[in-house]
Amino acid sequence: MSSQFTRHKVAFNTLFAREIRRFIRIWPQTLLPPAITMTLYFIIFGNLIGSRIGEMGGFSYIQYIAPGIIMMSVINNAYANVASSFFSAKFQNHIEELLVAPVPNYLILAGYVAGGTARGLCVGLIVTLVSLFFTHLSIQHVFITISMVFLSAILFALGGFINAIYARSFDEISIIPTFILTPMTYLGGVFYSISLLPEFWQNVSLLNPILYMVNAFRFGMLGASDIAIEIAFGIILFCIIGLTSFALYLLNKGTGIRN
Amino acid sequence: MKALSIQNLTKVYSNGFEALKGINLDVEQGDFFALLGPNGAGKSTTIGLVSSLVTKSSGCIKVFDIDTDIDVEAAKSYIGLVPQEFNFNGFEQVKHILISQAGYYGMPEDQAEPRADELLKQLGLWDKRHTAARALSGGMKRRLMIARALVHKPQLLILDEPTAGVDIELRRSMWTFLQTINAEGTTIILTTHYLEEAENLCRNIAIIDKGTIIENTDMKSLLNRLDKQTFVLYLNAPLASNVTLAEIDSRQIDETTLEVELQRNQTLNDLFDALNIHGINVNSMKNKANRLEELFLALVDKSEATL
Repeated sequence: MSSQFTRHKVAFNTLFAREIRRFIRIWPQTLLPPAITMTLYFIIFGNLIGSRIGEMGGFSYIQYIAPGIIMMSVINNAYANVASSFFSAKFQNHIEELLVAPVPNYLILAGYVAGGTARGLCVGLIVTLVSLFFTHLSIQHVFITISMVFLSAILFALGGFINAIYARSFDEISIIPTFILTPMTYLGGVFYSISLLPEFWQNVSLLNPILYMVNAFRFGMLGASDIAIEIAFGIILFCIIGLTSFALYLLNKGTGIRN
Repeated sequence: MKALSIQNLTKVYSNGFEALKGINLDVEQGDFFALLGPNGAGKSTTIGLVSSLVTKSSGCIKVFDIDTDIDVEAAKSYIGLVPQEFNFNGFEQVKHILISQAGYYGMPEDQAEPRADELLKQLGLWDKRHTAARALSGGMKRRLMIARALVHKPQLLILDEPTAGVDIELRRSMWTFLQTINAEGTTIILTTHYLEEAENLCRNIAIIDKGTIIENTDMKSLLNRLDKQTFVLYLNAPLASNVTLAEIDSRQIDETTLEVELQRNQTLNDLFDALNIHGINVNSMKNKANRLEELFLALVDKSEATL
């Protein structure tokens, strides 16, 4: 191993460990709320309302929505972790600790995205455990389930990073999640199959990348999906490559972080 | 070898403000170098450019002969920076801040931890190692910034007003610490508004004003250029109102305080000879202003006048 590779590995591990330490230190803000919120989803939408809805796609309603609810927690938390952590680093100027050090931009991006992905997966695991109190879950396709949740967390962690680069106030890191991410999640087939929609709205839904994540993840767990899995993977990988390139371009340009 | 070499460095901010107008600066390895200038002169911009926090408009920066345009990572690994403003994560523990910073420089935790412990002890922060940084006092925060900048054993330490707002006792202990690490081989560049600090610590000096280096020399030569020095004398008895000292400019402040101005060709012996003629006894005396301060003000005033 070259000394540069070893140095970079240590730097990445340090940043990743710092990000993990951060969200564990503030667990009442990061790990507990999704568990409570998703418990309410399962009680209200799954048990109370779901029992009256009956089956969807050949599954009980609570079984049908469980993968979507898990995925929703993963992407929200992956996004929020990077957006708040990177923006705080900018706001308190401790991003300078990284900027003065011999850490290349791609490692800064990788460290923050890995931290966001880790929180997304932790919360996903917590919500999965919560869901087991309400329904039976099995995994039909292990590789698809794990890779889809992993790639989705990476994609939204990248989104959070770009949001934080542009943000100039704490308001600006909550605008995107509130006005774009949440509507996209709710309209991304978490609670329903798009086959229930009129054809026009089915076509509009296909523009929503979250639809592909939720359905691919649902396919992994239940074996049922509204869309082709290959297309879902293709779109998500394309989005990851696009956002990674854009984030690196912004970092190299110094947008929002260097004068 | 030069620890830092800057050639034709310019910086124009996006709002059109020209912060640096093509400065040239060399700092030799092992030097204790002062970079002085009034507020807004371009000191922090220069430091920001050297440490990669600010992107340059044009020019060349070399750190230990490594061009930052060619291998910025290698150049950065030589530098430790103590910025003017506190810039650590206040929620992190003191020791974690040091270990993380060492990690960013590629120092694994098994090496970073003993190094962090060593610095925490040297800088009097050992008892606070598990405290969140925001809970430290102002002086402790300053010391934490120094410890953080030194954790990866940099060969060039840049301090941007490290003793601002620090009490005199702590300031002096920081001076001793900086002199020790300089004697051990670390090159130090210091910006400060306390000119006494620069005069006591630094061997070479550059003065920057409005984005231009207006003076760059060694401290001794600069101080030798002082045309006059002003002393305040505290007398042991009230002075008669009509006393005039021969060939020495003097001014009576109150009945037991006298201010005298010695020209370059006059010595303290001349002064005391003149005082003896009038039977004036002196209890104590001091420089009215720091010698470097007088020169600094004269140079900056001159630079303003030429603009």
